[in-house]
Amino acid sequence: MDELEVLLKQPWPWYIAGPLIGLTIPALLLLGNKPFGISANLRHVCAACVPAKIPFFQYDWKKEIWNLFFVGGIMIGGLISALALGSNKPIQIHENLRMELAGYGITNFESLVPTDLFNWYSLFTLPGFLVMVVGGFLVGFGARYAGGCTSGHAIMGISTLQWPSVVATCCFMVGGFVMANLILPLILNL
Amino acid sequence: MPVQTQIKNIDFEDRSFDGTGKVKTPAGSIWSNLPFMIVGIIFGIVFVKAEIISWFRIQEMFRLQSFHMYGVIGSAIAVGMLSVYMIKKFDIKTINGEPITFQSKKFNKGQIYGGLLFGLGWAMTGACPGPLFAQIGTGATVIAVTLLSAIAGTWMYGYLREKLPH
Repeated sequence: MDELEVLLKQPWPWYIAGPLIGLTIPALLLLGNKPFGISANLRHVCAACVPAKIPFFQYDWKKEIWNLFFVGGIMIGGLISALALGSNKPIQIHENLRMELAGYGITNFESLVPTDLFNWYSLFTLPGFLVMVVGGFLVGFGARYAGGCTSGHAIMGISTLQWPSVVATCCFMVGGFVMANLILPLILNL
Repeated sequence: MPVQTQIKNIDFEDRSFDGTGKVKTPAGSIWSNLPFMIVGIIFGIVFVKAEIISWFRIQEMFRLQSFHMYGVIGSAIAVGMLSVYMIKKFDIKTINGEPITFQSKKFNKGQIYGGLLFGLGWAMTGACPGPLFAQIGTGATVIAVTLLSAIAGTWMYGYLREKLPH
């Protein structure tokens, strides 16, 4: 039992995690013919809370409530992992990234979300505001504009052989490469 | 002309959307949603333990410093593709005996413009929508602000939708 506990608490390799995530697709389909797509929930929240007579938010969101239960589960899963399955070890990261981040004052690798950048105080600094608030806005706006996010397009879309999802996924990657390599260094130096 | 006839469903994640809000379905028991929550819990644990919700892993991915995220996404697609193939080939039904259906996505320019914008946001926050929920669960409470901002972004898209190129 101790060995299993040690195994569960250390970071899981990609060849365990990836297939488990892939199995989410048949799990949701078999449980109720539900398509895997997480960003749709952001739209359901708009439709439920602030529809404001916008046609895009006029639909029966209650029919999609299963998806809100799904993300509620993700949040509980995060809590369980933090409480019961934490490794209490710093994150292992690439040496070049470690040196680059040190240049921006990011030196704490204790948690998955870098506390030097993502904290309530930092929210009121320019880099923190840009990364958390503007970044979040782009995630929500872009995902809906593209008709899906990493789950809906990259995983569900490509698994069902939809070429528009391949286009969307390539654009996700291009945007990410541009931000991480060209724009984010400028933001973190502000 | 009524507004609803102008709204086409080009977003196939939401099957109940028809632009009218008039289609109502009989509400099933709220407990029937519990299995989806359990799948979500397992999914959330995988997210955290494989460090998919880590801002650092996303930065490594976009700097080509680690294979980890490519391995995760690639093997998830492989398993997903095989599962979908089997479901189609053997005409597998849901546990309630309903047929499993797939909607095909049509190309529109939103997948390019929206995709690029999403990518910019993904590399900034180090999280796509799923990991945002898991990050909050692990106790990173400030990410609730990022999530609210993502909801605001979704709302703004809905507000501007008719004016945006698709």
